[in-house]
Amino acid sequence: MSSSLNTTLSNAQTEAAATSPEGPKNQPVRKAKRASGVVGLLLQNRKASIGAFIVVFYVLVAAIGPYLVPYDPTEIVARRHMPPSWEHWFGTDGYGKDVLSQTVVGARSSLATGFIVGAIVTVIGILIGMTAGYMRGRVDDFLSTVINIVLIIPGLPLLIVLAAFLPAGFWSIIFVLSVTGWAWGARVLRSQTMSLREKDFVASAVTVGEGKLRIMLREILPNMMSIVVAGFFGAVNYAIGAQAGLEFLGLGNPSNISWGNNLYWAQNNSAMLVGAWWTLIPSGLSIALVAFGFSMINYAIDEVTNPRLRSQRQTAQILKGQPAKVRKSRATPVLMEGTEG
Amino acid sequence: MSEQRDLVLDVQHLTKHFPMGGMRDARKVHAVEDVTFSIPRTEIVTLVGESGSGKSTTARLISRLIEPTSGEVIYNGTDVLKSQPRGASLDYRGDVQMVFQDPFGSLNPAHTIGYHIERPLLIHKKVSGRKELRERVLDLLNTVGLGPAEETAEKFPYELSGGQRQRVGFARALSVEPKVILADEPVSMLDVSIRVGVLNLMKRLADDSGLSFLYITHDIASARYISDHTNVMYAGRMVEGAPSDELVHEPAHPYTRLLLSAVPNPHAGLRTQETVARGEIPSLIDPPPGCPFAARCPHVMPVCREVMPNAVTIAPNHWVRCHLYGDGGVSPLPTAANSVG
Repeated sequence: MSSSLNTTLSNAQTEAAATSPEGPKNQPVRKAKRASGVVGLLLQNRKASIGAFIVVFYVLVAAIGPYLVPYDPTEIVARRHMPPSWEHWFGTDGYGKDVLSQTVVGARSSLATGFIVGAIVTVIGILIGMTAGYMRGRVDDFLSTVINIVLIIPGLPLLIVLAAFLPAGFWSIIFVLSVTGWAWGARVLRSQTMSLREKDFVASAVTVGEGKLRIMLREILPNMMSIVVAGFFGAVNYAIGAQAGLEFLGLGNPSNISWGNNLYWAQNNSAMLVGAWWTLIPSGLSIALVAFGFSMINYAIDEVTNPRLRSQRQTAQILKGQPAKVRKSRATPVLMEGTEG
Repeated sequence: MSEQRDLVLDVQHLTKHFPMGGMRDARKVHAVEDVTFSIPRTEIVTLVGESGSGKSTTARLISRLIEPTSGEVIYNGTDVLKSQPRGASLDYRGDVQMVFQDPFGSLNPAHTIGYHIERPLLIHKKVSGRKELRERVLDLLNTVGLGPAEETAEKFPYELSGGQRQRVGFARALSVEPKVILADEPVSMLDVSIRVGVLNLMKRLADDSGLSFLYITHDIASARYISDHTNVMYAGRMVEGAPSDELVHEPAHPYTRLLLSAVPNPHAGLRTQETVARGEIPSLIDPPPGCPFAARCPHVMPVCREVMPNAVTIAPNHWVRCHLYGDGGVSPLPTAANSVG
């Protein structure tokens, strides 16, 4: 076993030196090639493909779905709690509104909240985390304290309190989620900035005369893009889930159509008691699927940027006797104890 | 260190104490203690010493990456530590450049080679217009022997070898037309076979472009090969300084002799080399008074453990800090039996 294993492993390693497989020719496309290299690696990754498929599907639904839905989701179009039929694919809810239309239209509000909050949270995290990590000293002491305080405040109760005091609405929820959600990303980026700022390329940028802002944004930030992107997807996930949670508790604007509100109305109309499962499943499953999709993308990013994880998976495949699946690899697979056998 | 010459850089009593870091820990690491030396125009001056002797810290102090505890850095007749605020002025950055030890860490993996050289040109306004910028970049790459420059400029750091990266480091330092380059162990991480190429590059630049170099190394043989004057550092202090040839042939300080005995001598045959002293560099945390080399010195006297000897001039341009020489000293040691060459 071990000898055949070794040959397969060394095959996997031959790509190691080939991160620049092209010769010195094709200069103009080099930059594009590098960019597509990361995307290409992600597309090769099964987790990323699944995640991307789900997310893209829902983004399309949110973008064009509302123009295609058969009924106005706010209109009463049939009898109450009608099970799925050809006329109403997902049935009708406790008021006689079309559930399919509600689910499709709800995607827009839920995803919009997710992406907007994700973007805000990421930007705040970059600003505060990088400032703290780069400046160090007093500035870091102060910002770290703020980060830690926000981190230890129990999230959901604060969300509920804030949401209860603010006027119910789309932007209130975005504000509440942004205020409570930025600290985790800031903390991760702070520590990453602290380690990157000690690198010689930062020191050499200083001796060349680069300004602080430029060093942070052009020298340090590009080197932690994978963390920033992963943090963004994580934040989108958090926002979609938390928005649904708040709305389910009745803290959103109940006239807004979103997955969380759909669940809220289903609960209010005793869907479970009367057995109308079709009013719960579409929105609930959508939330779960989108979260699953983003998580898959994040796992894939982790795998692509952390060669150790990738090589473990490949090693597992080799040991299962599927060497054909080992493709481009830059990493030396690490055999973990106990995997042989 | 007595003769008055045209000095580019004059370092006087430079001292750096690092705090230990703990809140109640008042102890200090004495990384650099009372370092005094100067760099004449168009000459290469070496700082030699083993790891932890404060060589790199000295370079970082001069380049103002870190602020010294006390001392003066006199550049063109003015003390830049006093005349400029924290962090250096752009003028000083333009005149005093640095090349780093680790060629794999000193280039930003996110940027092309061309970008690394463009930035200093743009910051210091050395060019007007895109076309001239491009020409200067290619010009510099050719100067340091990185042709074909068109191709190299488009490459990313990971596509270059260690030696090529170090040449990029020199090209970047040269781009702003500096007067002094601080080269912090520029060859220590390079393959032996390409070291001479980088050393010759430095030599050529000093001869042709009128540049002055501070060359930092732990390899006393390369110091002799490349530099005009060599200063020996031990545990943060300067212990001896002499013209490079003289230092190798007539070392005065016992530590210099130890360094020389570590250089393999091809003419010595199988005869075992004399070991002058054993042991490690002492702890730099609040060191006791006296000569730092006392613990390892084969000629140690009681006075060595109490008083740090003053610099004594024993030949033109040759001085030493050792109790064996000077007023209270015993007779000088016999000429070293073990010098290289």
